[in-house]
Amino acid sequence: MTIIAIKILLVSISAGILGSILGLGGGIIVTPALTLLFGVDIQHAIGASLISVISTSSGAAIAYIRDGITNIRVGMFLEIATTVGAITGALIAGLISPNLLYIIFGLLLFYSALAMLKKKKEELPGEVPLHSVASKLKLQGEYYDKALKKNVTYNVDNVYGGFSVMYGAGVISGLLGIGSGSFKVMAMDVFMKLPLKVSSATSNFMMGVTGAASAGIYLFRGDINPIISAPVAIGVLIGATIGAKIMQRLKSKTIRKLFIPVLMYVAIQMMAQGLGVKLW
Amino acid sequence: MINQEAHKLTREPNEVEILVAQSLRFGVLLSAAVILVGLVLFLFSGEGGYPGESYPTQLKDIFAGALSLKPFAIILAGLVLLICTPIMRVGISVLVFLKEKDWLYVGISSVVFLILISGFFFGK
Repeated sequence: MTIIAIKILLVSISAGILGSILGLGGGIIVTPALTLLFGVDIQHAIGASLISVISTSSGAAIAYIRDGITNIRVGMFLEIATTVGAITGALIAGLISPNLLYIIFGLLLFYSALAMLKKKKEELPGEVPLHSVASKLKLQGEYYDKALKKNVTYNVDNVYGGFSVMYGAGVISGLLGIGSGSFKVMAMDVFMKLPLKVSSATSNFMMGVTGAASAGIYLFRGDINPIISAPVAIGVLIGATIGAKIMQRLKSKTIRKLFIPVLMYVAIQMMAQGLGVKLW
Repeated sequence: MINQEAHKLTREPNEVEILVAQSLRFGVLLSAAVILVGLVLFLFSGEGGYPGESYPTQLKDIFAGALSLKPFAIILAGLVLLICTPIMRVGISVLVFLKEKDWLYVGISSVVFLILISGFFFGK
């Protein structure tokens, strides 16, 4: 038992590192690792992945906020969209077949992976117009980039587009019980044109709230198994703390190179699920 | 690294950032400590405190079990604290924005807080 707990802990540390760097919950590592390597059934794996989402978020946010990477205003404002979306998702979960949604969202992710591919040489967004709503909400900001060794000031564009994608991200979270970090990063990076590090850190920040919104349901249902979730929580918290330090020293270009294949993978997996094809 | 800190190029975090980061830190450290105690207790005793592989799933059973030092219940209590951490963070933000008289964001964070709380009732 101790050996298994240590193994889960080690996998979770790596999930926490990758999740905090990319602004994802680490569920894309935790869920397949638990089901494939440890033979955990899917319900308990999803419960543990929800714990991983919340751990990554809270663990990494401490450093990201302290270092001024997270844009709290952007996060708080967009959380309106994700939380309303999450409740919508939970309410319609029983009503509609999620297959069509899987395909639509899979395509959307695929599109954003391509949009990101176009930006792969770009370190910072460059000149971005300040959207009028963004200006009213005081969303623009600045942060100190440890890789570039300079202060970066940035504007925020296309608030409506970003808000809509965030609502979609919330719906997916509510339907599937995931943090849907890939959609959050996409909304901020592709639509609102925030610097990638700010998008990743702010996605991380928001994910905990999205996760917490549905975690209660999973807990009462008994999907959060203490033996599995305990090493996941501890491991991911350790990993997220390490990842939050690493990310700040990476170039945005490097983070993007890591992000695009992960995005492609999630997109293909979602579309496959929608079409009823089993990938693993 | 020391060099960078000495340059003080980083902008100083504002009050909202400091308080939100501190509340998250508090939540994370507290829940991690509780989970760890439960996990260590379970690994050493080999007993979860419940028959077979079962464990409590309702809040009152979890906290009652944790108080009587059942390892599984202690772990779950820690996980509940972990789940509550982001919600507490939103609550704290409302208070901090209130203190800063940033009414727009008092409104925004209150809306998020209310949606989160109502989500719990939808879940039941």
